[in-house]
Amino acid sequence: MNQTPQLLVEDLHVRFRTPQRMVHAVRGVSFSVGREKVGIVGESGSGKSQTGRAILKLTPPNGTVSAKRLQFQELDIAGASEREMLKVRGSRISMIMQDPKYALDPVMRVGAQIAEAIPESPRTSAAEKRDKVMAMLEAVHIRNPARVHDLYPHEVSGGMGQRIMIAMMLMADPDLLIADEPTSALDVTVRMQVLAILDDLVTRRGLGLIFISHDLNLVATFCDRVLIMYAGRIVEECAAADLQNAKHPYTRGLLASLPRIGSRHQKLAVLNRDPAWLND
Amino acid sequence: MTDIPSENAMISVRDLRVSFGSGAELVHAVDGVSFNVQPGETYGLVGESGCGKSTILRALCGLNPNWSGDVTIGGEAMTPVRTRSFYRRVQMVFQDPYGSLHPRHTVNTTLTEPLKIHGIGDADERITRVLVQVGLGPAFRYRYPHQLSGGQRQRLAIARALILEPQVLLLDEPTSALDVSVQAEILNLLVDLRERLGLTCILVSHDLAVVAHMCDRLGVMNAGKMLEELPVSALEDDSPSHPYTRQLLAASLGYDRRLASTAVEDIEG
Amino acid sequence: MSDNSSTLRGWLRAEVTTSPRHAALQRFYFGWLRLKGNPLALFGLSVLLFLIVVAILAPVIAPVGFNDQSLTRRLLPPSAEHWFGTDELGRDVFSRIVWGSRITLYISCLVAIIAAPVGLAVGTTAGYFGGWTDTVLMRVNDIFLSFPGLILALAFVAALGPGIENAVIAIALTAWPPIARLARAETLTVRSSDYIAAVRIQGASPARIILKHIVPMCIPSVVVRITLNMAGIILTAAGLGFLGLGAQPPLPEWGAMLSTGRQSMLQAWWLAAIPGLAILTTSLAFNLFGDGLRDVLDPRSE
Repeated sequence: MNQTPQLLVEDLHVRFRTPQRMVHAVRGVSFSVGREKVGIVGESGSGKSQTGRAILKLTPPNGTVSAKRLQFQELDIAGASEREMLKVRGSRISMIMQDPKYALDPVMRVGAQIAEAIPESPRTSAAEKRDKVMAMLEAVHIRNPARVHDLYPHEVSGGMGQRIMIAMMLMADPDLLIADEPTSALDVTVRMQVLAILDDLVTRRGLGLIFISHDLNLVATFCDRVLIMYAGRIVEECAAADLQNAKHPYTRGLLASLPRIGSRHQKLAVLNRDPAWLND
Repeated sequence: MTDIPSENAMISVRDLRVSFGSGAELVHAVDGVSFNVQPGETYGLVGESGCGKSTILRALCGLNPNWSGDVTIGGEAMTPVRTRSFYRRVQMVFQDPYGSLHPRHTVNTTLTEPLKIHGIGDADERITRVLVQVGLGPAFRYRYPHQLSGGQRQRLAIARALILEPQVLLLDEPTSALDVSVQAEILNLLVDLRERLGLTCILVSHDLAVVAHMCDRLGVMNAGKMLEELPVSALEDDSPSHPYTRQLLAASLGYDRRLASTAVEDIEG
Repeated sequence: MSDNSSTLRGWLRAEVTTSPRHAALQRFYFGWLRLKGNPLALFGLSVLLFLIVVAILAPVIAPVGFNDQSLTRRLLPPSAEHWFGTDELGRDVFSRIVWGSRITLYISCLVAIIAAPVGLAVGTTAGYFGGWTDTVLMRVNDIFLSFPGLILALAFVAALGPGIENAVIAIALTAWPPIARLARAETLTVRSSDYIAAVRIQGASPARIILKHIVPMCIPSVVVRITLNMAGIILTAAGLGFLGLGAQPPLPEWGAMLSTGRQSMLQAWWLAAIPGLAILTTSLAFNLFGDGLRDVLDPRSE
C-alpha cells in the first residue's frame, strides 16, 4: 500500500449563507489520503458530505470554501478555476453518490451512459468504445454485460445500478475515488457484494478511496483508516483496526451506544454531547 | 413452522397472504406467513426491502384491508374492516419521524386527536402523563414538528401511539431514520416502556443488531415468505440454520475481506 | 415604550410556546418576517391594503358622489379640480374610481369566498376517495374547465340576467375548477403519507381526516392559487362589465367605465386609461402578493 499522499487537505472551511444565519458546515478539517481506503464517518450535520464535495469543488453556490491547502497530486485545487476542475472531475477524481436512481439519466441506456464517461478521443471508434464499456461491465462482475448494456436505469436493481455507477466512475481511470454513502440505499447482502467489488478494484488498480458514511461499523471493517467527524471537525483519526482504542469521548460514546447481537439485556449507553467538543 | 401454541397467543397469524396488482403485475407481497406472539413478548420480523415485513404490519394494524388468512389479536378474530375499539388495543409507530407527524399540528393537537376520536375526557392529564412517559417535558406541548429534532419527533410518535393505552405496539423500523447517537435513546425508551406497560410488540427491522437487542424471538423473511423462526439466543450463539439467515448475520457484523472474494463470484448478472 | 416592543418580540420569538394561540401567533410572526424579505410582495401587499383603505374610506375620500352629473362640465381633462377629469355625463372620474374600488373588492372577495371552499371540498373528496367518486367529480370539473372563463361566465349571466350578484355567481362557477384540480393533486400526495396513516389507525372517520388533516395541507396552495387568479377574476368581472353584463349603470364598475370610455377614447384618453390603469395595478398587486405568499406558506420549506 503506497502511502505517499495524493490528496492533502489543510484547514478546510465550508460556510453557507442562509437567510437566517451563517452555517459553518466544515470547520478547519485537515487530512491526507494516499493510495488507501480512508473512511469519513459522521452523523447528519457533521460536515462529512460537504468535505467530499469541497474536494471536487462541488459545493452548492451559496457556500464558500476556504483552505490553507487543498492539493491533489501536483494540482492546487483551492486556486483552480472551473475550467481546470472540469479536467479533474471524472478523469482524475471521481465521485459516486448514494442513490443510483438519481445519478443516472433515466432516458438514456446504461451502455450509452458509461460510454459517455470515456475520455474524449478522436481515434476511438464506436466499436472500440463499446468494447471498453463491455470490459468495464465485466470488471464490475455483471455476468451478462450485453443484456445490461441496453437496459434503462429503471430496469436495473439497486445493487446493479451502483455497480454501473462504479463502472462509469472507473471509465476514465481516475486516481482518487470519493464515495458518498455508496451503499446506504442498498440491502445488506447486496451491500457486501458491491463493497467486495469496490475493494477488489481499488486494490488492483492502486486507487485512493474516500468512503463517506454514517455507518461506523461498516467503515471500520472496510477501510484502512477512519476519520470521525462531529459538528464540522475531525475529532478522531486512527487506523480502522485500532478503533476500539479510540480516544475521543464522542467516538467512545458512539461505539458504546450501538446495539449489538448480545446486548439484549443491557441498557444502551446514551451518548452525552459535551458542548466542549464544539470548541476543540 | 411455529412451536408456540396459538390458544394463549396475544397475536396469532395463520397463512396470511397479501397481494398487490393483478394479472401480469401480480405481486405476492406476503405469501402464506404464520407466526404467534405471546403476551408481553417482542417478536422481530427481519428481512431486506421488499420481503413483506412492513406489509404484514400494515395488514395487522388495519391499514390494508386486502389480506386473506386468519388473524387473531387478543383472542378476537380480525375482519378486514376494523372496529373503533380495535384501534384502542393496537397501535403503530412509523419509521420516518419526519413524515409521520402532521406538519401543521402542534404536539398538543397531535396528542389530543386520538382522544377526541374516541371521546376520552381528561385530555390534559393524559397528555401531560404521556409526555413525561416518553421523556418530553411540558415545554414541548405547543411546538410544531419542524421545531423538534429527529429523536424528539420519534418520542412524540411513540407518545401518540401510547396515549390510547394499547396492549399491542407495532414498530415499523422505529430507529432506521434516526442518527446513530439518537437510536440508543429511543431503543432504551422502547424497552423501558414495554416493561412498564406490559406491551406486546412486533418489531420490524432490516437491522439484525436492533432486532437482537429488543426481541426475544424473530422471524426471517424473504420475498414474502417466512424462511425461519428462531430465538434471539440462536443469533447470539451463531447457530441459525437457514443459509439466508446466516448471510444476514454475517453481513450485520460488517465487511469481511475473506468472505468478499467468494461473494464477488456469486453475484447475479 | 421600547421595553414593551422588545418583550412582545421576545414573546413572539420564544423557544417555548405556552398555548395554542401563542404557537399560532408565532407562526404568523415568522411568516410575516419571511414576507418582509420580499420587496415585490411587500409592494403588492401595500397596494392591496391601500385599495382596501380607499374602499372603506370612499365616502370620505371621494369629493363627490359617483353619479353626480353636471352636463356643463362634460369631458374635462385631469386638472387640479378634477384629478382624473370628468366623463361624458360630467361625473368626476376620480370619485367614480374611488367608489368603484368597493365594487371591485366586493366582486373579487365574494368570488374567492365562494370558489375556494367549493373547490377544496370537491378536490379533497375526489382525491381522498378515488374510484367512482373521483371519476364523476373530475369529469364534472373537466366540463367546467373546458370552457374559456369569460364565455362560461357570459353563458351564466345570460341565463341568470345581468347584475353584480349574478356576475359574482357566474365568475365563481368558472373559478372553482382549477382550485378543485389543485386540491385533488395535493390530496393525492398527502393521502399516502404516514401522518394520515397514523390518524387512520386511530379510527378517524374520512370526514374528519379530510377536514382536519388534509384540508390544512391544501390551504396554502389554494390561497396562493386564488390570489394569483384574482387578476383573472377582476379581468373577467371587468370583461362582463365591459359587455354590460356585470354591474349595471350608473354603478362605477371599472370594466364598465372602460367600456364607455372606449367611445370617447380619442378625445378623452383619461376615460379609458384611468380605469384601465386601476385594473392593471390591482391585478399586478394581487399577482406580486400571491407570489410572495407562496414562499411564506409553502409547508415544504418548514
